[in-house]
Amino acid sequence: MPDRKGFVPPALALGLGLAGLALFFGIWEGCGALGLVSATFLPGPGAVFADLARLVTQPYAGATLPADLAASLHRYAMGVLLAALVGLPLGLAMGWFRLLDAVITPIFDGLRFVPPIAWVPFAALWFGTGIGGPVLIIFTGAFPPVLIGTYRGARMIDPALIEAARMLGTPHRRVLTEILLPGAVPSIVAGLRVAAGLGWQSLIGAELIVVSSGVGYMMVQAEAAGATETVMAGIVAVGLVGSAIDVALRAAERAVRRRYGAGGGR
Amino acid sequence: MPARRGLIAAASLLGLLALWAWATSPLGPVSPVRFPSPALVAAAFVQIATVGFAGATLPRQVLASLFLVVEGFLIAASTGTALGLAMGVSRRFAAFVNPVFQLLRPIPPLAWIPLAILWLGLGNAAKVLVIWFAAFVPAVINAETGVREIAPHLLEAARMLGTNRLRMLAEIVVPAAAPMIFTGLRLSLQASWTTLIAAELVGSFYGLGHVLNEAQQDIYPGMIFVGMALVGLCGWLTTAILAAIEQHLLGWHASVRRAADA
Repeated sequence: MPDRKGFVPPALALGLGLAGLALFFGIWEGCGALGLVSATFLPGPGAVFADLARLVTQPYAGATLPADLAASLHRYAMGVLLAALVGLPLGLAMGWFRLLDAVITPIFDGLRFVPPIAWVPFAALWFGTGIGGPVLIIFTGAFPPVLIGTYRGARMIDPALIEAARMLGTPHRRVLTEILLPGAVPSIVAGLRVAAGLGWQSLIGAELIVVSSGVGYMMVQAEAAGATETVMAGIVAVGLVGSAIDVALRAAERAVRRRYGAGGGR
Repeated sequence: MPARRGLIAAASLLGLLALWAWATSPLGPVSPVRFPSPALVAAAFVQIATVGFAGATLPRQVLASLFLVVEGFLIAASTGTALGLAMGVSRRFAAFVNPVFQLLRPIPPLAWIPLAILWLGLGNAAKVLVIWFAAFVPAVINAETGVREIAPHLLEAARMLGTNRLRMLAEIVVPAAAPMIFTGLRLSLQASWTTLIAAELVGSFYGLGHVLNEAQQDIYPGMIFVGMALVGLCGWLTTAILAAIEQHLLGWHASVRRAADA
């Protein structure tokens, strides 16, 4: 019995949405205001956003929020970049050389069920807790979607195109760069977008556990100090940056789809 | 061709094993302080299985994590699927809930861990809460999409024949959306493991994340390896059980049959 018309008038949808938001923020604020729970347990939205504004200018646990975010984004960019640098060529090569595919896939499948965050102890042991360890954890989170997206993209390409190129004597390298890469681009970009999300998630995990700077570290310090509003301000900041990254990559994905079509090399 | 692929897979894994044994041997380039040799891993496994490590023996550590994942996953899967179905069935309800849902959705599940600890401490309740945050979202999205993608003629036919709302939900909407729901549940299960291990690494008394944390602090590479292998094994096992349930319930469905044949 899904709605018969499958359509809600825009004005009604807007009203319902605003009512939902009002209810959400009303309950959140009301819990504290009516004394149902203490303000230290659940600070209202006003207190959380005031704290967020304060963190922008005043340092907490040694750094201001922008400085923490800059430290986080630096690690994040390095980890995701490394995943792209390794995952793209490997995925393309696996899509093209069947032997490589048959060799790598079982190893990859064996590691697939180990969550990126379980690499934390080895990452800390091998590369320390400064920059190397966290970058490895972000890499383990972001690498699989890059590899899978690239591999699928390369496998999706019309075999007739490859046959034609081979018949004309095109060398391996040119098949990779001129047929596989352009044909696989939409799938690659989709994989990169998933990778960016998982990388951000892994970064926060890494910072909660081993790192001594960044927005995750700020949240752990606030948790230890019992500063609920600062923890919640951290959640808001992490969510905002995460969605900003997602919005930017969605825009990039749309642009790529316009340029290369839906993929398949046709 | 598949037989040859299997052969290459076996050779690949054996080759990796040989490379590992050689690299961590006294002749190899890798120091056992950095990465354990197979013998050290075996010794660590024997230790946790017999004497125990980080406060308990193997079964207790595994069951502590497994139990929490199953508990958190079941709560998240049932509440998430119910909300997703409701959002798929009623566009008005979806319009009401969606803005709040979209507001909370971009928050990485791991970011809830400090708040959960503040609210509920280091015990099991905080872990179930963060698993719920992580596993809820994929269950909602896929259940809603599943309902939205039901072929309209199925609904129209049932409506024309005067099927009442309850039968329509039980006999058309849920079965037709089920493959998408299971896709969401697979993602939810994966998210459950990731979040639980992260939460246990941040602070816990038992569980595989606790084993990993103690092994890290003791600089005990053999036990780190054992902990990671156990996490991977548990993740694989629960995923296989979910797939078996899907196959059992939805064996009739065309998309599942195709997947089973492939």
